[in-house]
Amino acid sequence: MSKEAKIYGYLAEFANAQEIYHAAEKIRDAKYSRWDCYSAFPIHGLDAAMGLKRSKLPIFVLCGATLGFITAISLAYITQVIIYPTVVQAKPANLFTIPAFFPIMFELTILFSGFTVLFGVLGLMKLPCFHHPLFNSKQFSRVTDDGFFIAIEAADQQFSAEATRELLESIGGTNLEVVYDEVVEEVQSKA
Amino acid sequence: MSTQSPSNVSSQSQVVIPVLEREKLILNNRSLSWISNKVCGIIENKQPALWWALFIPCALMALIGVVGGLSYQVFSGVGVWGNSNRVMWGWPIVNFVFWIGIGHAGTLISAVLFLTRQNWRTSINRAAEAMTIFAVMCAGIYPVFHVGRVWMVWFLAPVPNSNAIWQNFKSPLLWDVFAISTYFTVSLIFWYLGMVPDLATIRDRATTKIRQVLYGIFSLGWRGGNRQWSHYEMAYLILAGISTPLVLSVHSIVSFDFATSIVPGWHTTIFPPYFVAGAIFGGFAMVLTIMIPARYIYGLQDLITMKHIDNMAKIILLTGTIVGYAYLMELFIAFYSGAKYEMDAFTFRITGPYAWAYIAMMALNVISPQIFWSRKMRENLWVIMAVAGCVNAGMWFERFVIIDTTLARMFLPGDWKYFSPSAIDVLTFLGTMGMFLTLFLLFLRFLPCINIAEVKWTLPESDPHYGEDANDKVKRVAAYQKELS
Repeated sequence: MSKEAKIYGYLAEFANAQEIYHAAEKIRDAKYSRWDCYSAFPIHGLDAAMGLKRSKLPIFVLCGATLGFITAISLAYITQVIIYPTVVQAKPANLFTIPAFFPIMFELTILFSGFTVLFGVLGLMKLPCFHHPLFNSKQFSRVTDDGFFIAIEAADQQFSAEATRELLESIGGTNLEVVYDEVVEEVQSKA
Repeated sequence: MSTQSPSNVSSQSQVVIPVLEREKLILNNRSLSWISNKVCGIIENKQPALWWALFIPCALMALIGVVGGLSYQVFSGVGVWGNSNRVMWGWPIVNFVFWIGIGHAGTLISAVLFLTRQNWRTSINRAAEAMTIFAVMCAGIYPVFHVGRVWMVWFLAPVPNSNAIWQNFKSPLLWDVFAISTYFTVSLIFWYLGMVPDLATIRDRATTKIRQVLYGIFSLGWRGGNRQWSHYEMAYLILAGISTPLVLSVHSIVSFDFATSIVPGWHTTIFPPYFVAGAIFGGFAMVLTIMIPARYIYGLQDLITMKHIDNMAKIILLTGTIVGYAYLMELFIAFYSGAKYEMDAFTFRITGPYAWAYIAMMALNVISPQIFWSRKMRENLWVIMAVAGCVNAGMWFERFVIIDTTLARMFLPGDWKYFSPSAIDVLTFLGTMGMFLTLFLLFLRFLPCINIAEVKWTLPESDPHYGEDANDKVKRVAAYQKELS
């Protein structure tokens, strides 16, 4: 790692789910904002321990579902009643035909919601993201196995090389490591 | 009633009250990394000989049956199948409903059991979802090729044809197109999204460059940060929430293909719930049929325990009994309606030339699962495999009885016919079975067949409050008992 590489932040390991939970509470109380807990599975109650707000995904999905519903009813109504009324078995082709469109309305509502969930959650999680400074850390590869990590970014207002290190050590962080932003380093070397 | 306050109790004695523990979902106190090693090991190690012994015949069967059989059908015309006037739907639609039904257990396990907080689902949901996707693919083949001229299949899509004629949106057949395609798409999203953290696990363990790049691309750069997990869990919850009514709607809509007609034997309001129960029943049987051998081949006994198998056997018993109730209720309503044609249709089913199919359906679907009332039988894997096999066959007979026997005896005696399938019918059906198993074996080979992240989550030590109040529970129970005495 060259010296001009920009520091991404500190990475510290914790022993288990209980430790990372209590550590998260302390970092939250120390008013940090750009940090995250990394684990192989979602830890119950960690959102509150980190002071995270509820995900905004349901609002997106509501919009997607509404769009699906409107698409279905316009598709069925415009084609069946306005453009090309198909009269089969003396079934009406007017406003009273709408009950026959319920299955289509239901299915398209679900289909559009499904797509909104997929693209909404990827947007909120900021994925795909194939390059991330944390991937430069060797020990971080254990995060998807049995590692529990907390990373505090240098971009945080509260961040200071000394105080943050002390905080992480005082709350039980081990294998403390400075993570560098290699992407920036590459840009610098090219320039 | 004593007036002693609970605070005194803790200082008094260490009263150990036997509290019935819940049965563990993961046996032998396995660690987090043991789970990753076990599941990823299936992908990373060489496949056992048994895998190849199953894969080669299945792939051949798929090649001959699906590729060969369907090519022959496309070049020669739909007449190579046994479908004929009046039994136009013949085997293809029977097989279609059969496969769609099998596809229902996956989403049920992932969605309904997730919403009802049944944590035992975590060990089996991934494989069951994969099964759903593959079963729906097999199902889709039949209606697509059954239209006759397969190159005209785009007529099903909601676009006007060259004469500016639109599809009939009042037709249950078009509802079916929407239902099945939505079901396939949403199941695929559910399956893939659930797999992203596990693909990241394989990426991080990868020893070869190819594996690292491929699993890296499909895991989208997942890091497992709680800011990601928070959105991810919300996405999972919403998908479970929308999939639950979806899974119930799909087979209801499939049953509308029959129930909205005026054909005696089909025109009944019990069809939607009866079809849904049957689908869950058949789907769970298929999950057992393929998971018990997979569990044995890969030594997954600690992850898929007898508890999981016991639960699934109980669901088969329950849904099998619901299906039995539906069969009897259908007969009763036919009798109670006083409608001559309705009564005749059912008399024909039971006593006519198709009686063998009706008896097979009753025996395999209603009677065979009743053995699961006995705990001993639910613990015997051979019995479970035998019953699951019976149910798979029985559910096929159910669709055959509903579709073909009804079409063989409609209103006009001139239409009456005894239906028999052609060799190509049998070949195509065997081909889809081969295709299903081939896809499932490839899934076992290349993708994590058990949901690693969720299984880790079910371990007791994954609870952030684990170990904090181990004595509290005993104390609380002791205090409560003191109060009662």
